[in-house]
Amino acid sequence: MRIGVTVFPGSNCDRDALHAIERAGATPVELWHADASLKGVDAVVVPGGFSYGDYLRPGAIARFAKVMGSLEEFANAGGPVLGVCNGFQVLTEAHLLPGALLRNAHMRFVCSRAPVRFESVETPWTSLFESGDQLTLPVAHNEGNYFADEKTIAQIEDEGRVVLRYLENPNGSLNDIAGICNEGRNVVGLMPHPERASDPALGSGEGLKVFESVLSFAGIKA
Amino acid sequence: MNIQETYSSLGLSDFEYDRILELMGRAPNYLELSLFSVMWSEHCGYKNSRPLLGRFPNEGPRVLQGPGENAGVVEVGDGWALAFKMESHNHPSAVEPYEGAATGVGGIIRDILAMGARPVALLNALRFGPLTDERNRYLFREVVRGIGGYGNAVGVPTVGGEVEFAPAYSGNPLVNAMCVGLVRSGDLVRARAVGEGNLVILFGARTGRDGIHGATFASDELSEDSEAKRPNVQVGDPFAEKMLIESSLRLLEEGLLVSLQDLGAAGITSSASEMAAKGGVGIEIDAALVPLREEGMEPWEIVISESQERMLAVVEPEKAEEVLKVAERYELDAAVVGRVAGHGDLRILNNGEVVGTVPALHLADAPVYKREVIAPAYLGEVRKLDLEELPQPEDCNSALLAMLAHPNLCSRRSVYEQYDHQVGTDTVVLPGADAAVMRIKGTSLGFAITTDCRGRHCYLDPKGGGAAAVAEAYRNLSCVGAEPVAVTDCLNMGSPEKPDTYYQFASCIEGMAEACESLGTPVVSGNVSLYNETEYGAIYPTPAVGMVGVFKDVSRRATPGIKREGDEVLIAGNFQPVLGGAEYLELIHGRVAGAPPVPDLAVEKAVSDAVRRAISAGLVDTAHDLSGGGLAVALAEMAMYGGIGAEVQVLPGGRQDVTLFGEVGGCVLLAVPGEKLGELEEHLEGVPYSRIGRTGGERLSIAGLIDARIDELRAAYERDLFERYAPEGGQIG
Repeated sequence: MRIGVTVFPGSNCDRDALHAIERAGATPVELWHADASLKGVDAVVVPGGFSYGDYLRPGAIARFAKVMGSLEEFANAGGPVLGVCNGFQVLTEAHLLPGALLRNAHMRFVCSRAPVRFESVETPWTSLFESGDQLTLPVAHNEGNYFADEKTIAQIEDEGRVVLRYLENPNGSLNDIAGICNEGRNVVGLMPHPERASDPALGSGEGLKVFESVLSFAGIKA
Repeated sequence: MNIQETYSSLGLSDFEYDRILELMGRAPNYLELSLFSVMWSEHCGYKNSRPLLGRFPNEGPRVLQGPGENAGVVEVGDGWALAFKMESHNHPSAVEPYEGAATGVGGIIRDILAMGARPVALLNALRFGPLTDERNRYLFREVVRGIGGYGNAVGVPTVGGEVEFAPAYSGNPLVNAMCVGLVRSGDLVRARAVGEGNLVILFGARTGRDGIHGATFASDELSEDSEAKRPNVQVGDPFAEKMLIESSLRLLEEGLLVSLQDLGAAGITSSASEMAAKGGVGIEIDAALVPLREEGMEPWEIVISESQERMLAVVEPEKAEEVLKVAERYELDAAVVGRVAGHGDLRILNNGEVVGTVPALHLADAPVYKREVIAPAYLGEVRKLDLEELPQPEDCNSALLAMLAHPNLCSRRSVYEQYDHQVGTDTVVLPGADAAVMRIKGTSLGFAITTDCRGRHCYLDPKGGGAAAVAEAYRNLSCVGAEPVAVTDCLNMGSPEKPDTYYQFASCIEGMAEACESLGTPVVSGNVSLYNETEYGAIYPTPAVGMVGVFKDVSRRATPGIKREGDEVLIAGNFQPVLGGAEYLELIHGRVAGAPPVPDLAVEKAVSDAVRRAISAGLVDTAHDLSGGGLAVALAEMAMYGGIGAEVQVLPGGRQDVTLFGEVGGCVLLAVPGEKLGELEEHLEGVPYSRIGRTGGERLSIAGLIDARIDELRAAYERDLFERYAPEGGQIG
């Protein structure tokens, strides 16, 4: 299986994502922002970082990058897409996911380890988890405070589209939301960084299951 | 303005101007004078420090590059090497703390990049005045925000550092940033310009008027007028820096560069003249070819501008086009701005017309001021300490809680949580331990990094304090299990023109040099920051030490937190604490006095080496350096970090507060399972040590004097340093 990782100017978790994908047993493929081609990958990760310096608004400029047009087609056709941190912000700006990520409620960047619970696991990126699974995942963001209007929140809650919830909310996000998916369940956005918890040498390997999930979902044994 | 007013306003003395006349054999024009002004500033020219810095050892079996390049380089193993350096950004941070700190981080990253290394870790050593003062709170908050704002975006993890507060730093904060880069030793690049006819390419951000005469500003005392020098502070763009990192590494990978140099203080002037002087060639720069971000800039402004996020490369003519293409891919401006020449001059042109010519060697040859070292009178006074005058605390428990809650000793979590310390997925030991530990992907290798310095000790005993800073760094690396290899330093001092300060400066260096020799850790790079003074006086002499150590097997390591119930607790080292210069003395009794412990370097080395060998042998996974706050604070940290208590009985006689809170160098606390005790004791042979207690339970109790639940300790320790800070209490009975 080939998993692509988009690289925008200012992405800085791209190499970490490529490394985790390799560890999960898939072939990592770099997708340069200025190339429209997705190089025939089977899934795409939009990594964390500060694409375009977070200027204007995190993700606001990246969503217009050349690669995004192809990515939108890929997502709309049901292709598995995962946005992590800045990648989540990019996907909301591109309207592939609802809502927005606001400035953290305490107005400070936060880098820590957040205890989280998997809620809905019927997505390609969570297929190896059970609903209710708890683990601790690294977070590192300035704008992780998930917000959407009441109607949208009610809708994603009713449709079981909250993928991940904080047990201790680090940023003030509504309903402790740490991750959601789209209606088709193929596009997932997570504020925590599973790629940073993908190696027991760093203290936790549980995040690797996110990348193994997409292989398993595709019928490939991790 | 007459000529004397002109050169004075540029920071040059009469003596220096005469020297320029002599070297040039004619009167320089304004542009040439500006070149001398920035290159002969203390910041660039090391006028007062060069004779003293020669005292440092800088050779060792692992040293690949000592001082003289953009960063020092040491060998790790398997062909890997580490480039590292520490640098100050104190003056800019005093007037514009966010940008000052941010550009300090950016500058040190480029130094590492210029060696051809990928920057993989950042640390910072910070000092501020007490948080009871609003200006200090502002400086602290904005400096931390600036470091985070830049480091987080640029994608290099900030994995460690230190922060201390003392009145001596009020209004003159210290912001020292350290960066470590990873490189294959065969891929190292140097900043030597060679090859007459080769082209000089400037790439990165555009050049503006920011930071003009920044180096001159950084070489003066801070005063009321400093506010007005805010325009001398540069503005950082971490996004451009990220592009600069990726493009530089790509250019080197593709073998497109002859040499590479970052642009820091004094901009193009400094970079070009250093590259020329090192290569024994000349460089011609045409200011009109430099991509600008504003109109109407004079040639002299262009060549000394300190606009950030720029690099200068020497390139063979046939490869120039390819270089420009790579820069374009990363959306950076790049232009051929000059060429390497045979004449040995730094020659500035404007549309082909020469507007200034100075031999590069003259610019690199700032005058040297050697001063007399005279022991200051204050030392005799401040070192007096009569313990009889000091009441013992009625309640040691309350004293411990008060100390744990003090900004100098409390948790640094509220600082390091604002820094991305995990990006890159190589951070093995997170901030809060004795040293940061990083791995090298795809190998069993790793490295550890620490920064250390106790300004108060250096004030009370400059030579001993200098040695103690090196010894503490050596001990901290050993406590995580790394073999200490080499040192970078950042020598923060007051005005060298004042005899007391010059003595401190010279003596700190002497102490550091002796310790570096004894411990086998050469100094491979460094930086000097002088004139750290305000109208209230000089800072504490603060020679920050950054030390790097290596692991053959990074999985064999230790951290301070207690891991298991029932472990034996040992103290290794000569545990003979004193109150001179101790945190306790200042925090509880409001005194900065006495003689701090002077490290016994032979014992220091023996203890640290034995501890490290025990960790490498897989016997010990719990070790903690005994430092500020003494035994009680060190044990409290071990209990809080691990969530497991301890009961400690054995203590020497004498005053209880001296035992609990007194400080001493060369001591390490260890916790080890009973079944491994015998083997550990074999490793400790020849080193003083004693068994002092056992881990377990939810309380820390020490000899009936301290008895507190871990959650009580945490309630005091885990405070947010950025919350509005109540006036300091401190006086506990």
